[in-house]
Amino acid sequence: MAGWKKLDEMTYLGKPHTRVDGVEKVSGKAKYTYDIKLPGMLYGRILRSPHPHAQIIKIDASKAKALPGVKAVLTDIKGEVLFAGDDVAAVAAVSEAIAEEAIKLIEVEYKVLPFTVNEDEARKPGAPRVFSTRENNLGRKRDKSEGDIEKGFQEADVVLERTYRMVVQVHTPLETHGCVAKWEGDELYLWDSTQGVHGVRSGTAKALDIPENKIHVITHNMGGGFGSKFGPKSYNLIAIKLAQKANAPVKLMLDREEEMLAVGNRPSSIQKIKIGAKKDGTLTAFQMESYGTGGIGGGAGVPQPYIYHFPNFKVNHVDVHINAGPGAPMRAPGHPQANFAMESIMDELAEKLDMDPLELRLKNDPNQTRQKEFRIGAEKFGWKKRKPGGSGKGIKVRGVGVGAGRWGGGGNKKTQALVSIYPDGAVEVKIGTQDIGVGTKTIVAEIVAEELGIGVNDVTPLIGESDYPWAPNSGGSTTAASISPTIKRATDKAKEKLLGVVAEHFGVTPEHVVLKEKQFSVTNNAKKKLNWKQACALLEGQPISVLDNWGEGLSSRGTAGCQFAEVEVDTETGKVDVLRMVAVQDCGLVLNMLTAKNQVNGAIIGEIGYVLYENRLFDPEVGVMVDANLENYKIPGALEMPDFDVTMYDESERGVIGLGEPPAIPGVGAIANAIANAIGVHIREMPITPDKVLMAIQSRKEGKA
Amino acid sequence: MKDFKQKSGISRRNFIKGFGGGIVGTAAVTSSFAKGEGKQVGPHGSMVRGPGKVKISLQINGNNHSLEVEPRTSLLDAMRDQLGYTGTKRVCNRGECGACTVIMNGKTVLSCSMFAMDADGAKIETIEGLAKGDELHPIQSAFVKHDALQCGFCTPGFIMSSVALLRKNPAPNLDEIKQGVSGNLCRCGTYPNIFAAVDDAAKTIKRGG
Repeated sequence: MAGWKKLDEMTYLGKPHTRVDGVEKVSGKAKYTYDIKLPGMLYGRILRSPHPHAQIIKIDASKAKALPGVKAVLTDIKGEVLFAGDDVAAVAAVSEAIAEEAIKLIEVEYKVLPFTVNEDEARKPGAPRVFSTRENNLGRKRDKSEGDIEKGFQEADVVLERTYRMVVQVHTPLETHGCVAKWEGDELYLWDSTQGVHGVRSGTAKALDIPENKIHVITHNMGGGFGSKFGPKSYNLIAIKLAQKANAPVKLMLDREEEMLAVGNRPSSIQKIKIGAKKDGTLTAFQMESYGTGGIGGGAGVPQPYIYHFPNFKVNHVDVHINAGPGAPMRAPGHPQANFAMESIMDELAEKLDMDPLELRLKNDPNQTRQKEFRIGAEKFGWKKRKPGGSGKGIKVRGVGVGAGRWGGGGNKKTQALVSIYPDGAVEVKIGTQDIGVGTKTIVAEIVAEELGIGVNDVTPLIGESDYPWAPNSGGSTTAASISPTIKRATDKAKEKLLGVVAEHFGVTPEHVVLKEKQFSVTNNAKKKLNWKQACALLEGQPISVLDNWGEGLSSRGTAGCQFAEVEVDTETGKVDVLRMVAVQDCGLVLNMLTAKNQVNGAIIGEIGYVLYENRLFDPEVGVMVDANLENYKIPGALEMPDFDVTMYDESERGVIGLGEPPAIPGVGAIANAIANAIGVHIREMPITPDKVLMAIQSRKEGKA
Repeated sequence: MKDFKQKSGISRRNFIKGFGGGIVGTAAVTSSFAKGEGKQVGPHGSMVRGPGKVKISLQINGNNHSLEVEPRTSLLDAMRDQLGYTGTKRVCNRGECGACTVIMNGKTVLSCSMFAMDADGAKIETIEGLAKGDELHPIQSAFVKHDALQCGFCTPGFIMSSVALLRKNPAPNLDEIKQGVSGNLCRCGTYPNIFAAVDDAAKTIKRGG
């Protein structure tokens, strides 16, 4: 199978191209799960636990059932609730307002149990247990070591010990989790705001013992997920059961508070790190003990030692459970956490060694791509102008920082695509992937257009249905590398068939037929010509349809990136403004330069939120999240935007690699280090809010830092 | 509702603004003195309606709609659920994110934080009304051109805020653009492209495009 064309021979790929669904999305025509309305549709609503931990003794739903307009009630969801916001009961009613009233009429008798919402407390012996069946709150352990850690520290001239803390971040997609469930006989139709139509289908089949072929999951447009929307989740199963009970379609969209409590978050991370290095900056040893909490879920592990080469290391991690909603993968799970701690301690080490932080990185980063990216970025950024930490004068001081990231990505071998060329000239591709906002639908069309030499708008990309050929969940930055090779292979085979038909018509062998700009011609015979429509008409009623699989040689895994940040800190108010970000990122063959750069911008904005603003806060007395809304849980807005300078580092020869996650990492440490460079003291706890900045400045004045 | 505003000097919308909360808190206030169907005189001499359904009319994108809403129904829900204008999005449902922004009588309002009956008789512009047939509004075209969207869920709100901004200030600088859309939140992180799109659209409109 042929490889990708060279970059300069390509018409669409590698170049900027507007989204195929752009017009739909700017005109309000794009239908999301939230917008689905079916005849006779009911509205579902979940009653959630007000207690962080309790046993459900009794549920009396008689008043709810008696409320006019209520069509179904579910009370047998669970016997014990593990966090404030956990599912207790659910209703379906003819309007949202009636459903809301109905859940308030459900009387629940709880036996309130001891709880813990703090990972530091939860890990102590004797802490209230989150799971009554387990001995303590310690979950999955991750231990890893290499070399000889003792020897490594003996070889070191400088040893630093620091502890870094990161709080829980919430995904906050603008479209909340939710679905519409509709039964037609024994067939189930499920419109779901999900990152995986096939994952939801197979998971629902298993959970409810429904044959897989009877389930049809649909996600034509979805309003963001960032890793939180891998289903099915309990709201799906509840909606499906309500629909069955009420014998009517049920729409169940979570509200903003539910979204923040119950369906995913990025786990916290506390990393106690000891690092050793020689005078010349050679790293010798890395030791870490870490823990973090994904609530009743897990996933708080961090891939330390991150980026830089340590011949000797030892890392021990344990997940700690608390009575909070489950963690879920969030844009490069574990990596931003690892990045913050590693990049911070590297800068602290550089200060001790009196080295330039970038020089220290270049000395210890074994990745050749990133070596080049660091240099490109430093040049664009003007790194040479960096001043020593805390040397700025005046009320507003500036600082700069740098950080790095890596990610795997790569394609899923099971991916399939179906490409069809119709006798009327229409071209269509069906693939059961979904566009979570990154522009997947556009690259699906672009690849077919590129290979066939037709216009992007000549291709109908059909995605977002589980009835289409299998594609993986949109996660781990694997979508592009899974679907692109698959679509290319199916398209190439379809094209081959069409060339065969044309060749037969001309009475020549297929290698003599050339297809260029929708024109078929025969080499050495200028008279034999057909346009696209004429050629397709030769198909005589039967379309060409090719179902093909993913294949090697068109994609890779492994990306590298770095980012540089400049910030301004107001030393009187503690407010931090990120002024500019310079990013250099590799993702192999860039499929669409316009949407790719948008991805990088967006990832950087996510980093800004993580470093400066976002913090899931609990009231420790009652165990309830106090900022479960968009007013108190701060995500970055227009006024917080820096200038962006994004360079896509060209490694197109490696084929397609994913991009969603890689750029969501490097800037975390870069921004934190820029703040440290500005004020002359490192703040080791995120988010770096004004109170912490002022405390740090004060501690420096007092000579404590 | 005009009566209510004139006599009490405070509209429910302003009340919500001052209260800083959503509809839920104010609905209770309404129902505490609204005991019957139709218009009544409230404790302060103001006219009250509800709690039964209330007849209202809305002119949306030039189309006249007559509908009956419960007093507690927000303008957003009335438009989305009863009239099918689903382009306007519900995200936070308490006036924090701007996704439900529409233009009412020439001014942007957060349709999630306004009662439908308070919009009785109003002229409302939504995302669906900007294009003339297949011809997009210059701001819409600029959003596509500059890829000022990803998932697209915040996009209608941003576009409506941008339309209002450019009507008020046809040549905004970057800071004014940022300020103009600062009531809208995007999670995918498309802000820089939104700024570029609004800037470009302003120039296009100035050229008469």
